[in-house]
Amino acid sequence: MIRESLMEADRIGSRMQQLRAEGVPEEDQRMLDLSMEKAKALRPLNKLTAEDKVFLARKIERPHIDDYIGALFTDFFEQKGDHLYDDDPAIYGGIARFHGIPVSIVGHRKGHTAEENVAYNFGMAKPEGYRKALRIMDQAEKFRRPIITFIDTPGAFPGIDAEEHGQGEAIARNMARMSSYHVPIISVVTGEGSSGGALAIGVCNRLLMLEYAVYSVLSPEGFASILWKDSSRHGEACDIMKLTADDIKEAGVADEVIPEPLGGGQENPRRLYGSMDMAIEKALSVLMSMTPEELLRDRRRKFRGML
Amino acid sequence: MMKEERERSIRSVFKTVTERIAPDYVNCKACGRRAIRSVWKKNLNVCPFCGYYMPMTADLRLNTLFDPGSREDFNKDLEVRDPLNFPGYAEKAKRAEKKTGLKESAVTSYGRINGIKVVAVVLDTRFFMGSMSSIVGEKVTRAVEAADRERLPLIIFAASGGARMQEGIHSLMQMAKTSSAVQEFSEHGGLYISYLTHPTTGGVTASFATLGDITLAEPGALIGFAGPRVIEQTIGVKLPKGFQRAEYLSKHGFVDKIVKRPDMKQTLYNLLKLHLDSMQGDRL
Ligand SMILES: [Zn+2]
Repeated sequence: MIRESLMEADRIGSRMQQLRAEGVPEEDQRMLDLSMEKAKALRPLNKLTAEDKVFLARKIERPHIDDYIGALFTDFFEQKGDHLYDDDPAIYGGIARFHGIPVSIVGHRKGHTAEENVAYNFGMAKPEGYRKALRIMDQAEKFRRPIITFIDTPGAFPGIDAEEHGQGEAIARNMARMSSYHVPIISVVTGEGSSGGALAIGVCNRLLMLEYAVYSVLSPEGFASILWKDSSRHGEACDIMKLTADDIKEAGVADEVIPEPLGGGQENPRRLYGSMDMAIEKALSVLMSMTPEELLRDRRRKFRGML
Repeated sequence: MMKEERERSIRSVFKTVTERIAPDYVNCKACGRRAIRSVWKKNLNVCPFCGYYMPMTADLRLNTLFDPGSREDFNKDLEVRDPLNFPGYAEKAKRAEKKTGLKESAVTSYGRINGIKVVAVVLDTRFFMGSMSSIVGEKVTRAVEAADRERLPLIIFAASGGARMQEGIHSLMQMAKTSSAVQEFSEHGGLYISYLTHPTTGGVTASFATLGDITLAEPGALIGFAGPRVIEQTIGVKLPKGFQRAEYLSKHGFVDKIVKRPDMKQTLYNLLKLHLDSMQGDRL
């Protein structure tokens, strides 16, 4: 596991911070030694297992939708609620500009602290959340705005109220409607994309995945407990499920893998934002040169071909 | 004849008789009582003692529904794919095929209901619990496309334990594929009746099963997205009585009508006729 390597690197990093605070210059031998040590500690990160990537994908420090909106978009206007029953904090979105172009944004929200995790229900949306997403996306279709979605969820929320309010119907409706839009749709899996709860905002023209993001039919824990009645065989499940960004691209589901800084986006967020910005801009410029009918056909063909 | 000998011979006669009869008995999964197989069949797999709905095989369902001689299956030869080379999956699929005579859970057919031609899909739970595999998704999609192309009404009898784990992301993608196909069919004015049977859960619930123009369900059928066990574990609360049953869903506004098995054909025929008459034969 890379957990130890990351902790070791963190320890060395904070020691360096300490020396800096004491006024020690970067070219000081102690600093140079420490940075060598840190690089050595991070070496195992060049060879990550699927389980390592699941760990990184879920890291609480990892940039989330709030960070991406702040870094890549301007003029963000949040749209709240499904205007039917409730506002689900697990889904976040609204209107903004991307390189000056008005777009609609939808994504799962997780937060960076334990309190935020709880407030956003760990990104596990209820039907109200999916219907909020649908409201935002329906308007994008109406006003001819491209849609950009950020996927990061352990799955749709399994709860009594969620079932009573039609969790299945909400997810199905979103997929059906997304398949019928005439605007460009780009989805980015930024963390963990698990189950129908992810796909409910993922019926797109172009699917991008961050290097350490994962996409799967359900969480590795759920997979192990259903298949082997043993959720502790999580590591084994990670390997067998073929859920890493490279696997998903290989399966023909993801179109592009966005490289991340060594150790994950949180190690150098600005570099990550740069790579993501470039990838989205590239995909969007291709899609914006297509007619509405072509966009519809392109998306239908993409999913019709999924075997 | 000695008493002992006589007993032995009676016992052996009895044994032959029971051996001959025993395979013809089927026990009810709910009350445990047994009835002769032909009685079950005549009763459409509803328990003659307690009224429990045992699953119907695809054959029994379609042969009950369709006018005699009108059934015509298609895409029968599509076989289970193993895109992840999942350990043991191919063997398990072979065993399921041997047991059921099916190559996948989904059976797709043309047939007539009191003369009206339709496309019907049945998910047979004996095959991997009707879980969503890439071929299940493909067969459902092709059935939707056939109904669209030939301007026929579509009836899908859903039943599913959820995703086909062994196919990973390929299983997940079938949700988008089938939903997209149903959406296009709907845009073209097609009639889709979704008929929910026990159990309809997971990815099937969260795709084509909840996208019908009309939604019917069988009495007592479990219908939901997350399984009851997962919900109980996640929220740590005891689930309300009758939770996720057809009657509960109907009360919460997701089912038009709960239909008893003997009424299946007549109910569907009435619905088909209502649409046929309102469209004056344009579509049906
Ligand atoms: Zn019984």
